[in-house]
Amino acid sequence: MSNSLLTVNIAGMNLGSPTALASGILGYTAESLRLVAEGGAGAVVTKSVGVAPRPGYPNPTVVQADSGLINAVGLPNPGIDFYVEELTYAKSLLPVPLIVSVFGYTAEEYALVSKKAVEAGADAVELNVSCPHVKYTGSEIGQNPKLLTDVVCKVKAAVQKPVIVKLSPNVTDITELAKAAENAGADALTVINTVRAVAINVETQRAVLSNIRGGLSGPAIKPIALRCVYDVFEAVKLPIFGCGGITDWRDAVEFFLAGASAVQVGTAVGSEDPTVFQAINRGVASYLKRKAYGSVNEIVGLCHQD
Amino acid sequence: MKLSGYATKINTLRTTAIVGIKDESPTVKTYTLQDDLCSKAKPGQFLMLWIPGIDEIPLSILNGGNGQVQFSVKAVGDATRHLHDMQIGDLLGVRGPFGNSFTETRGRVLLVGGGTGTAPLLFLAKRLAAKIDRLSFVVGAKTRKELVFLEELDAMCTDESAIATTEDGSYGLHCLATEPLESLLDKQKFNMIYACGPERMVRKIFDIAEKRKLPMEASLERLMRCGIGLCGSCMIGKYRVCKDGPVFKMAQLSEIKNELGISKLGFDGSRIDI
Repeated sequence: MSNSLLTVNIAGMNLGSPTALASGILGYTAESLRLVAEGGAGAVVTKSVGVAPRPGYPNPTVVQADSGLINAVGLPNPGIDFYVEELTYAKSLLPVPLIVSVFGYTAEEYALVSKKAVEAGADAVELNVSCPHVKYTGSEIGQNPKLLTDVVCKVKAAVQKPVIVKLSPNVTDITELAKAAENAGADALTVINTVRAVAINVETQRAVLSNIRGGLSGPAIKPIALRCVYDVFEAVKLPIFGCGGITDWRDAVEFFLAGASAVQVGTAVGSEDPTVFQAINRGVASYLKRKAYGSVNEIVGLCHQD
Repeated sequence: MKLSGYATKINTLRTTAIVGIKDESPTVKTYTLQDDLCSKAKPGQFLMLWIPGIDEIPLSILNGGNGQVQFSVKAVGDATRHLHDMQIGDLLGVRGPFGNSFTETRGRVLLVGGGTGTAPLLFLAKRLAAKIDRLSFVVGAKTRKELVFLEELDAMCTDESAIATTEDGSYGLHCLATEPLESLLDKQKFNMIYACGPERMVRKIFDIAEKRKLPMEASLERLMRCGIGLCGSCMIGKYRVCKDGPVFKMAQLSEIKNELGISKLGFDGSRIDI
């Protein structure tokens, strides 16, 4: 859908629609990313990739909760050296910006993987400093302003493309981390990653996930995500990808009004379909027309006006 | 309203006790569980089975009805060996049924199964039996003790008995299940081939069907984690085996020729040979 109503520019990237694929959903293969782009996504974020291959955790890795999913897949990835081949192929297939999600155990690893991803064709990198279920990376970095600053600075020094920082909601004050990312030179933020959670089965009296703790996504976390976007919008000037429980156009519009310039959709790809992006885009477009706006940009942060 | 109607909510994990265990062969057992949702499964669909504390694995459904579901499991890895040690009354978790199902056709059908891949075909054959003109079965396994459901298959076939093959010659024809196909297809006309089993077997059948311009449907297997089309672990070409499959039609199989019987994604997302 090429529609000037829905076109957004975020961190220098032009998106044909304001709905992007969130990291972790599909995204190993170039063809899975194309599936999502054909479904209407304005950009795609890959699965998180690190320096070395990781098999992830044993199953169960995904469990249904009330109004959402809890996952602890454990950052399975083939390692950047293998993945560059898939990224090069993805770049040739995709009609939309390719954002590579990156994780590491040190700032140097984040920088190294980001550099290789950009060399392979990434239009931007998204730093996963918010995965809630793998030790020594993810949110263990993103919960600490000093570590976060170091990671963002080193990645900024290594690549010329936009650097997006994906923030964790599992912190006391998310604006503190947003400010740290901004001061370190981040170009945009993704708000939020999953909310730390546990699923317990009463008959077997066990935690269901093999890793026990996981991250909650889906409609259950939308109000939390909205609050985080609302707070971060007031605290920093960086553009925001709103993320967390977006399933239909109304959800997306709520995020725009709270201050997101674009949104990312993950769990709804499973509960709906990869064409969920088209459905959301259509709904957003007709909302904008009904309210007589010429662009989605005009409603970003609108509910902060009073 | 959206929360109460959350799309996959009905498919939360259910825990249920094993109500039946049947030895099909020294290495294959059939389990019966009480589960309303899975009892309504169609041939070709699969379920995710949670073996508490061990693993959660996808399994083809062998039969469903009267509130019960059955599936057959060969002991091959950690999860399946643990399952083989379980007793009636032990608790398992189940999600599903997931995925699409075989299309029911009329006329003359040929079913080709390899090992426990025969299970969903037997399920399909039972549903087709009353509606079709002719049903032929070719079933293969490495060795006699892994040839399962033989008696039931024989009973399903219309004219002659099922053609059995073993790789070690311990029963039936001493060859792969694909071997008798060419001569069978020379002798008789079929309206549809259904296949399920090792992917190299499926690939060979696909090549034969493509050459002869015969319609075919095959059920494929991939590493699965979520089972609901999210994690991308089971991608083959542009398809998610858990949601767009596991049953693929001829035209789709043609689209995934580069991977069919050749490669798949491993646990770390790298591509590995089949």
